[in-house]
Amino acid sequence: MLKYLDEYRDAPLALEIAEAIRGLSTKPFNIMEVCGGHTMAIRKNGIQKIVGENINLISGPGCPVCVTSKVDIDKAIAISQIEDVALCTFGDMIYVPGTKMSLSEAKARGRDIRTVYSVYDAIGFAKKEKEKKIIFISIGFETTTPTVSAAVKQCAREGISNFGILTLNKTMPAALREVLSEEESKIDALLCPGHVSTITGTGMYNFIVDELGVSCCISGFEPVDMLKAIYILTEGHEVGEKKLANAYERAVKAEGNKKARAMMEEVFRAASVEWRGFGVIPGSGLELKDDYAKFDAGKIFDIDVPPAEETDRCMCGDILRGKLKPIDCKLFKTACTPEDPQGACMVSSEGTCAAWYKYGEL
Amino acid sequence: MNSKVTIAHGSGGKMTRALIKDVFFKYLGNDILDRCDDSAVIEIDKGRIAVTTDSFVVKPIFFPGGDIGKLAICGTVNDLAVSGAEPKYITCGFIIEEGFPVTDLEVIVRSMAKWACEANVKIVAGDTKVVEIGEADGIFINTSGVGILKHDRELGVDKISSGDKIIVSGTIGDHAIAILSKRKGLRFESTIESDCAPLNKMLTEVIESGAEVKFMRDVTRGGLATTLNEVAEDVGILINEESLPVSEPVRGATELLGLDPVYLANEGKVIILVKASDEAKVLQILKNNEYGAKAETIGEVTEENVGKVCLKTILGVTRIIDMPTAEHLPRIC
Repeated sequence: MLKYLDEYRDAPLALEIAEAIRGLSTKPFNIMEVCGGHTMAIRKNGIQKIVGENINLISGPGCPVCVTSKVDIDKAIAISQIEDVALCTFGDMIYVPGTKMSLSEAKARGRDIRTVYSVYDAIGFAKKEKEKKIIFISIGFETTTPTVSAAVKQCAREGISNFGILTLNKTMPAALREVLSEEESKIDALLCPGHVSTITGTGMYNFIVDELGVSCCISGFEPVDMLKAIYILTEGHEVGEKKLANAYERAVKAEGNKKARAMMEEVFRAASVEWRGFGVIPGSGLELKDDYAKFDAGKIFDIDVPPAEETDRCMCGDILRGKLKPIDCKLFKTACTPEDPQGACMVSSEGTCAAWYKYGEL
Repeated sequence: MNSKVTIAHGSGGKMTRALIKDVFFKYLGNDILDRCDDSAVIEIDKGRIAVTTDSFVVKPIFFPGGDIGKLAICGTVNDLAVSGAEPKYITCGFIIEEGFPVTDLEVIVRSMAKWACEANVKIVAGDTKVVEIGEADGIFINTSGVGILKHDRELGVDKISSGDKIIVSGTIGDHAIAILSKRKGLRFESTIESDCAPLNKMLTEVIESGAEVKFMRDVTRGGLATTLNEVAEDVGILINEESLPVSEPVRGATELLGLDPVYLANEGKVIILVKASDEAKVLQILKNNEYGAKAETIGEVTEENVGKVCLKTILGVTRIIDMPTAEHLPRIC
């Protein structure tokens, strides 16, 4: 696999493209990288430093852990306090602060909270531990949701009745519209998420180019991939052309993965959900359809959690919207560190603040 | 003998004696242990002694390339060896969960015997406790180790100065990925084995070569990033990403899981900080040894950026490598 990737990590080629970008670029250009994976890769490789001063790479809202609202964490904790519940979650989620505590603190207080690597680990528990009610916290964008859809269908087919999901899944288009429609938005172009696009295809971005006048280029995660995408976007920006391009053709097909989308549509429907830092965005999330409602943890249990107030000092919201950079937040590296995160952006392995903290500049 | 360890095996009575005789003494016996005294009395050669202790709670107990017993011996031996000591004696305390299979215990003890022999150390004292089901997870091992420093050289971070070269004894991240793949049932194209190994003979050779070694440390939990940050208190460190040795399968696995090899645990790797003029000499000794064949010089100590570990990426950009904070987990989207 790595030999396959090596050509996309070819340093001389990457530097050559970077030089071409610098040569091409004559005016300021704000590119938002939507995906947390891109933020991490940009920081890890030092991409911002080699593309020249005109190009400003801004992190976007594409990290599923970061956009999980406080009230959803509170809900998960409330579920974990119900007798016989074992709550299963991806690792990053357990450190995200809720109103009173994080899942990690709830675990330390004796709640049965388990870290899993896949929804199938949780189904494995459900099959083995019939006396337990296994609840999986389902987060993620279009990339992750098809797997959860398949898992829910499997449980329905096999009659697994002690399994449920707390659906926190979100979809990209409505959130991108929200970010880019803001009056003061300074985003000129998007570096679009490679993994999400393998499922959605390129069509998802048409409205961004046509209606919002923002160029889009789908990119992979290696230095050559990202630089190639930045080059394509810069080329358009210089001549004032708005366009949709795919610089990740080895993985992303124009039509995306129809089978995965069909599976998702069979199990889930659009819902209005709350995003950390954004509030409720209509049609930006998912909920289980009626046929699968018996797996909906929100319906299995009667959970009543009061609305949560975001810490007004934490600037996660503005960081997720690309308005501020982590260094603009007074808490960054002072009150907010990976050991004691104040906001989700510092927790997630793909969070903007975590990336800036981990891969710090000199 | 029962096929499972029971509470009675830890009661101090006949069953305990039987377990000690049939499992521990059978494999670990030597002139000192066989005396069955309350403490081991050992003759010390002239010189200073180094003492260390460690606990082993690895899960799973058996993993590709090793087991908890091998880990306990190698971990203790390596802690002594990086201090410049020649490891001589080890004590072992076993905390065993009731119901643990005796056959598994035998495999672990046999493995300890094998690696103690390989590292030329004697196990001179031991203890066994059995706890009820749920009070431990299979088996935990605590060790102490004693080593002798036959030379009067002083190693320490205070000896490091700018210009010193930093050598790592081989590929990084192998142990963490071996454990992770076994624990989570992840399968990769080829089995990734733990690098767990006793490094004492190789490190003794380095010390005896007369090379001006300033400091050595085994690169374990928290990976290379942690060890280098521990070193960089009063100096700066600059590492070249290009020269970091990472095996192809480990690189593949870290790509897939979204992990960074510099943060991953090792159990058979050491960093050696050496005066630049002796770099080639040390590198050659390592490369001639089976546990150091893939050794590389990865960077150097700098006057600038005191207290920081910097990494020059493949694109020539320099960034900071910080200490890791929480357990590193795979990417989720």
